[in-house]
Amino acid sequence: MTATQERPADSPAGEVGRDRRRKEDQRLITGRTRWTDNIVLPGMLHLAMVRSPFAHATITNIDVSEAQAAPNVVAVLTGQDVKDEQGGLPNAWPITPEQVTPNHPSIAVDRVTFAGEIVAVIVARSAAEARDAAELVDVDYEELPAALDLKESAEDKVLAHPDLGTNKSAFWQFDSANAGTGGNVDEAIEAARADGIVIEREYRQQRLIPAFMEPRSVVVDPTGEQVTVWSATQIPHILRFLMAAVLGYPESKIRVIAPDVGGGFGGKLQTTPEEWITFMAARRLGKPCKYTETRSESLMAAHHGRDQWQKLTLSAKKDGTVTGLKVELLADMGAYISLVGGGVPVLGAFMFNAIYKFPAYQFNCQTVLTNKTWTDAYRGAGRPEATYAIERLMDELAVEVGVDPLAIREQNWIKHEEFPFTSVCGLEYDSGNYEAATEKAKEMFGYDALRAEQKQRRESKDPVQLGIGISTFTEMCGLAPSRVLGSLDYGAGGWEHAAVRMLPTGKVEVITGVSAHGQGHETAWSQIVADRLGVAFEDVEVLHGDTQIAHKGLDTYGSRSLVVGGEALVKAADKVIEKAKPIAAHLLEASADDLEFKGGKFTVKGTDKGMAIGEIALATFAAHNLPDGVEPSIDSDATYDPVNFSFPHGTHLCAVEIDTETGGVKMRKYVAVDDIGNIVNPLIVAGQVHGGLVQGIAQALWEEAVFDDAGTLVSASFVDYLVPTAADTISFDTAHTTSPSTTNTLGTKGVGEAGCIASTPAVVNAVVDAIRHFGVNDVQMPCTPARIWKAIHSHDAGGGTPTPGEAAPHFDEQDTADRTAGANDGGAA
Amino acid sequence: MAKIEVTVDGSKYADDVEPRMLLVHYLRERLGKTGTVVGCDTSNCGACTVHLDGKSVKSCNMLAVQADGHEVTTVEGLMKDGELHPVQAAFHECHALQCGYCTPGMIMQSIDLLNDNPHPSEEEIRVGLEGNLCRCTGYHNIVKAVQTAAGGAQ
Repeated sequence: MTATQERPADSPAGEVGRDRRRKEDQRLITGRTRWTDNIVLPGMLHLAMVRSPFAHATITNIDVSEAQAAPNVVAVLTGQDVKDEQGGLPNAWPITPEQVTPNHPSIAVDRVTFAGEIVAVIVARSAAEARDAAELVDVDYEELPAALDLKESAEDKVLAHPDLGTNKSAFWQFDSANAGTGGNVDEAIEAARADGIVIEREYRQQRLIPAFMEPRSVVVDPTGEQVTVWSATQIPHILRFLMAAVLGYPESKIRVIAPDVGGGFGGKLQTTPEEWITFMAARRLGKPCKYTETRSESLMAAHHGRDQWQKLTLSAKKDGTVTGLKVELLADMGAYISLVGGGVPVLGAFMFNAIYKFPAYQFNCQTVLTNKTWTDAYRGAGRPEATYAIERLMDELAVEVGVDPLAIREQNWIKHEEFPFTSVCGLEYDSGNYEAATEKAKEMFGYDALRAEQKQRRESKDPVQLGIGISTFTEMCGLAPSRVLGSLDYGAGGWEHAAVRMLPTGKVEVITGVSAHGQGHETAWSQIVADRLGVAFEDVEVLHGDTQIAHKGLDTYGSRSLVVGGEALVKAADKVIEKAKPIAAHLLEASADDLEFKGGKFTVKGTDKGMAIGEIALATFAAHNLPDGVEPSIDSDATYDPVNFSFPHGTHLCAVEIDTETGGVKMRKYVAVDDIGNIVNPLIVAGQVHGGLVQGIAQALWEEAVFDDAGTLVSASFVDYLVPTAADTISFDTAHTTSPSTTNTLGTKGVGEAGCIASTPAVVNAVVDAIRHFGVNDVQMPCTPARIWKAIHSHDAGGGTPTPGEAAPHFDEQDTADRTAGANDGGAA
Repeated sequence: MAKIEVTVDGSKYADDVEPRMLLVHYLRERLGKTGTVVGCDTSNCGACTVHLDGKSVKSCNMLAVQADGHEVTTVEGLMKDGELHPVQAAFHECHALQCGYCTPGMIMQSIDLLNDNPHPSEEEIRVGLEGNLCRCTGYHNIVKAVQTAAGGAQ
């Protein structure tokens, strides 16, 4: 029975580090999937939403009579019907005690605050009939002025919520002088103005949409003792807790299941009106209810990301040594402060200083309410914004000093022998080696040859110019000691839970509190346990995403699963060995002190006597011969609170070709060398990097959520919201250097967001580098051909040398209408 | 209601359907072929791609009645005698999927691409998959998987 416990003879020294093919794949490539929308239950009813076409309006009347009479419509719900039970959707991170937080009803009651907000709900016997009936609901609106532009909204010109009296939700500051972690930034800037370099820039982080491939779906089954909720969510545990807390239903009576979940990228790190509504409908009607959004609904009403204006002031000595950095952000929250919406910019607060030794630093952030879709986490959440700003600025500093942008970075970054290093924000970076990653990246990239080619193209006035972009980034993963989160008023802790169940047949069940939606935890967790317990990879089954099975956890976001959840797993597995040890000693008739555990076996030192962990599991199951006072179980669990964040870093180099006659961008080469500590599965890591890169590149070049003057999202389908295709992208060159984390047993650092954080500035730096000689020092994202062309050819207003005759005569301002946000002020600087 | 007869993954089905019912909804809701999924409403994402008489079609872009008398193959019908189709195997081998939502459509489109062009260049693969969106992989390993499957067929 314990034969399965033997490690295969061809197994290498360890599972960790091996490029195991994923366990998850078999069902996904054959269509044996369990997406939420696949679930069908007896008597199931289907929901369709009636959504506001207006960004801001008073609801004066809703006539549901025609919808109510439509075929197979079971119920129609409006805000008036549920106003006493729906409560408000939660904000788990009020960033200041004074934060202005509008109540967030799941169905609007008397006022709508963004186009796409739900005003009525149809419940019918089929999804098609529900949608038909939604067309029959007659809503009378009285339009109100809408707060749309972020900067104007910050001045309270038009109020998103007139009853609140202001659009300013919260102001959050970190100041290194006040914190005692650094000097006074204003003094540093003043000193540099007198005798040094001051770089002042304003950058735009456009609004993005996570655009996970699986539209959100929720099924609620109220039959049975527990209400069961299936949801396409990243956070089943948090959803269960908050549903209970907000809707006043006992937590013990709610079971949440996140079955197969088709991507999230932060977009499913949310508790949604649609989940609340489906729960309320199912409870009212006593029947299972399902709601699945359309893609347009998803783009319009699932939360958006980013959307900041960044005002930045960097001071340096004349030789380019940085002396201070001041950050002033405006962050667009949209119509509501969502789950961690206000906190997203704050997650970047400690990262603008990045890998550089700034002696003085100040971060200021004003969060602002507008009448647009609410914003929240999107892959990287706060850190891409910070990385973008600092990596763009370092290029500008290099130009000012007149040195290679890599040289200015090296001059200012933390040297590898200076780790552990306490940053100007007071964070302790445990390990890293920026020199090694950069050296490797330069070599793979052929940096010097590309610089030579660039020079040659400049000199020959080639219409196709080459640009080289650099991003030497770091980030912080695995959000973090619970007491630190408490000090930031974050609504949850940062711990994670894992359990290991030793089955009598020698198989192992692993329960994890993190909730994968594409990350490959089943494979990576199996590798970790196989090594720790000396069992076969195939014998480990990883269970997750169901609060009845994995009863405890804080789910998957912020690159936390491996660095926090993996450590919980290591601790749970180690406890299994500890619990097994006295039993092994008893069965082997030896002293526990004489036992050692290696390769899945307890052996008595100096003898050939031994017993595999699986044999002990079976003996424990039988419980016929256990030592006195020992419980008949070696199952174990552990809850781990991290001691610190982890700090992956890397050097990304990007080469683009820009056709100066059309503004077209062609990516030529992209090299990513990431130091993410020890790697559990290099195949999965490569996949995470590739996917992250393309999302970050997409922010630089293609994607933007665009609203028209009335506040309607005009990029509300995949026709207009430009998620890149295979034809838009290239193959990447990726590699790693390894500085193991010193704060967890496995030495891992997290990789889920790295590619997305690093790549955006690398690409924009490359774009600007290609056309800087036209007098350009910025192109607003996304760097569309129109914007690039305008940047090249509008320099006569911005001060460079005019190049008359380069533009085709027909290609003037009128022909290059750019309706993306801030287009008119975002071309060339 | 319209009466249709369709062969799906080798089995014959006869059903009365609403004339407006999309093929993808017929597959999912009437036949329980939930391996094929819906990703968008505008035929951009290709998650719903199936084969109609051996050629790829986006099943959200076609009515069930249009499939009357035709043969549909979904991702669920690719395995033969318990063996993965070479493209399925290549997706697994090359880690060409993460969340897996785009995967059924991506595999069906890749098979169609290779049927048309058994030895495509990287460029031809990328252009051939332009109608299928993936948000996880950055396409890098999907391209590799198609190259691997093409190599295996040689």
